[in-house]
Amino acid sequence: MKKRWRLISIAAVCALAVLAGCANNGTGGNTAGEGGNAAPAAGESGAGALGKIKDRGKLVVGVKYDTKLFGLKDPASGNVEGFDIDISKAIAKHIFGDEKALELKEVTSKTRIPMLNNGEIDMIVATMTITEERKKEVDFSDVYFQAGQSLLVKKGSPITGIESLTADSTVLGSKGSTSVKNIREKVEGIKVLEFDNYQDAFNALKAGQGDTLTTDDAILYGMAAQDPNFEVVGKPFTDEPYGIAVQKGNGDIVQAVNDTLKELHDSGEYDKIYEKWIGKKPGE
Amino acid sequence: MDFTILTDYFDVYLEGFRGTVLSSLLALVGSFLLGALIAVFRIAPVRVLRWFGTGYVEFIRNIPLLLVVYIFYYGPSALGLPLDGFTAGTIGLAVYTSSFIAEAIRAGILAIPKGQTEAARSSGLSYAQTMLHIILPQAIKLVIPPLGNQFINLIKNSSVLTIVAGLDLMYFADIVNTETYRTFDTYLFVALFYLVLTLPLSYGVRVWERRLERRY
Amino acid sequence: MDFAGAYSAENLSFLAEGLVVTLIVAGASIVLSFLIGCVVGIIRYTQLPVLSPILLAGVELIRNLPLLLIIFFMRFALPEIGINLGLVAATVTGLTIFEAAMIAEIVRGGLASIEKGQIEAARSSGLGSLQTLWHIVLPQGLRRMVPPLVSQFISLLKDTSLAVVISLPELMHHAGIVIGHGYTYTIPILLLVALIYFSVNFVLSVISRRLETRHV
Repeated sequence: MKKRWRLISIAAVCALAVLAGCANNGTGGNTAGEGGNAAPAAGESGAGALGKIKDRGKLVVGVKYDTKLFGLKDPASGNVEGFDIDISKAIAKHIFGDEKALELKEVTSKTRIPMLNNGEIDMIVATMTITEERKKEVDFSDVYFQAGQSLLVKKGSPITGIESLTADSTVLGSKGSTSVKNIREKVEGIKVLEFDNYQDAFNALKAGQGDTLTTDDAILYGMAAQDPNFEVVGKPFTDEPYGIAVQKGNGDIVQAVNDTLKELHDSGEYDKIYEKWIGKKPGE
Repeated sequence: MDFTILTDYFDVYLEGFRGTVLSSLLALVGSFLLGALIAVFRIAPVRVLRWFGTGYVEFIRNIPLLLVVYIFYYGPSALGLPLDGFTAGTIGLAVYTSSFIAEAIRAGILAIPKGQTEAARSSGLSYAQTMLHIILPQAIKLVIPPLGNQFINLIKNSSVLTIVAGLDLMYFADIVNTETYRTFDTYLFVALFYLVLTLPLSYGVRVWERRLERRY
Repeated sequence: MDFAGAYSAENLSFLAEGLVVTLIVAGASIVLSFLIGCVVGIIRYTQLPVLSPILLAGVELIRNLPLLLIIFFMRFALPEIGINLGLVAATVTGLTIFEAAMIAEIVRGGLASIEKGQIEAARSSGLGSLQTLWHIVLPQGLRRMVPPLVSQFISLLKDTSLAVVISLPELMHHAGIVIGHGYTYTIPILLLVALIYFSVNFVLSVISRRLETRHV
């Protein structure tokens, strides 16, 4: 009996130690949060939201982990790679002079705005379209990628573009994305199934749960590259200008991001990153 | 609290509520039938049936519900017969819950004195008849409280349907949330919808338990 | 179905990483929910005037809500009122709150099952009510609670999979990523993950059976 209690108490101590570790992580998030919340009163401290990031010594960016070409976690290496990651590295380099002063956190379309407003991440670089509605919640940088909504289907599908879709079609998408809203407006009465992330949505398309998957063409090309049984059909039917989002009122961060984007364009680095992931030069 | 979320999106909430209730009811019936069958297997006089029943219960009880749902969501589609999220989710719920219900019913059956089975058998009833007419009707009364608890679990567990786009309360709540961006209030109202279903059931289970205690 | 590709060394070590997160989160939540559940359960049992009814209401409320909702709420709703937990802490807190409510009822039930005669005997032989609780009721009650407690711990371990909704990098989340990299891996990976959960939980239930038989 006594031995057992000793075991239990050892287990308890271990768990508390683990939890203390977690609590520390939590505190990390909190610091960022205070940084964000304090931003409107930035004039007083003179540091601003950007100053808080500098004090911390690293930039925390929310990116996708499940979107090939933009942000994809590779099980083999454990690294996250893609266009959005390279842009994030450039921003970290602009602020700290070191692209390694960067911490990535996984976001989905559903979770990215809550996580930004909680202060867990400094900015969202996650295939996020600039919309009027979202501007009420967050502040956006200049456009850093120009995408357009399109459709992904299994090869040999009768669907050849948005004009093939009817009220009887089932479309798959991601919760909280602009594309599910658009498709509902464009095709009246269409059945839309929304998933937590693109991984689940693409798995559902493979499992025959819908006729087509809709989101921005750039993401769809990544999926088609992952599985050659699928192809992108039709012309893009919307404009989806991607922006980098920060908490409202963090003008100094937006400025730093826009400066970074300008540097990238001026030096030709942007075209290189674009070509590396998308396979062609911008505008081609 | 911002009640305009509830009033503005009431139809959306209601659609999800309907999905949750329908899925829970279907899964309840399914899991009860399946559970009763497995319980009888577990105590059947045929060894193969007992092995099957035990294997079923032990395996299903020890894996997560979400995994069971995934198996019914992705498995049939690999064979060319895709089930939609609602169907796969409801079947998964029924299969998962049946393993717990089987154990509850088995315990109920074992609580009925052996003498009754012997008396019924010696008066010429077959094993199946004895079970169906003599033992199960008595056992059911004993197992109503644990069954009620399983039904409550079932309603709560139906929330995993959201992960396979199963059109339940949580699924539609996510949609409300991506429009309102008010997570706290949006999900507080979701909690109310669940409580409307589960609290009266919990109360009912308690009342029945007390009645049983008084009788025995 | 591509078993060889699915069980590549990279995929297996990636799943192992997920399993480690699952075990750490489950371990921490088991210990915390056991401690909190015991305290709440004992207070509920002693029927203290103000505290016990408040705890009853809290326990009933939590027990009647879906865990998925609670975990999501901890992660994304609480920050709106200024409580910002990290990813792991939100999961552990959600699991702990939910499972502690379940354990509190197990503890209360276990203590209440000790025959009144024993308590009266202890009191009349001069023990105080706290002493009676500590020396007579608790040791016997705890022993009776072992089986339901262990099945609750197994539930908890399975329930960690619900944290996929907040992208906790645990076993199910990692399984999803591997499946995303090759759809032909789906069935092999789901089978493997089922086997992993089953093995861990089966070991837990074997240990519990050992504990039971040793004390009876």
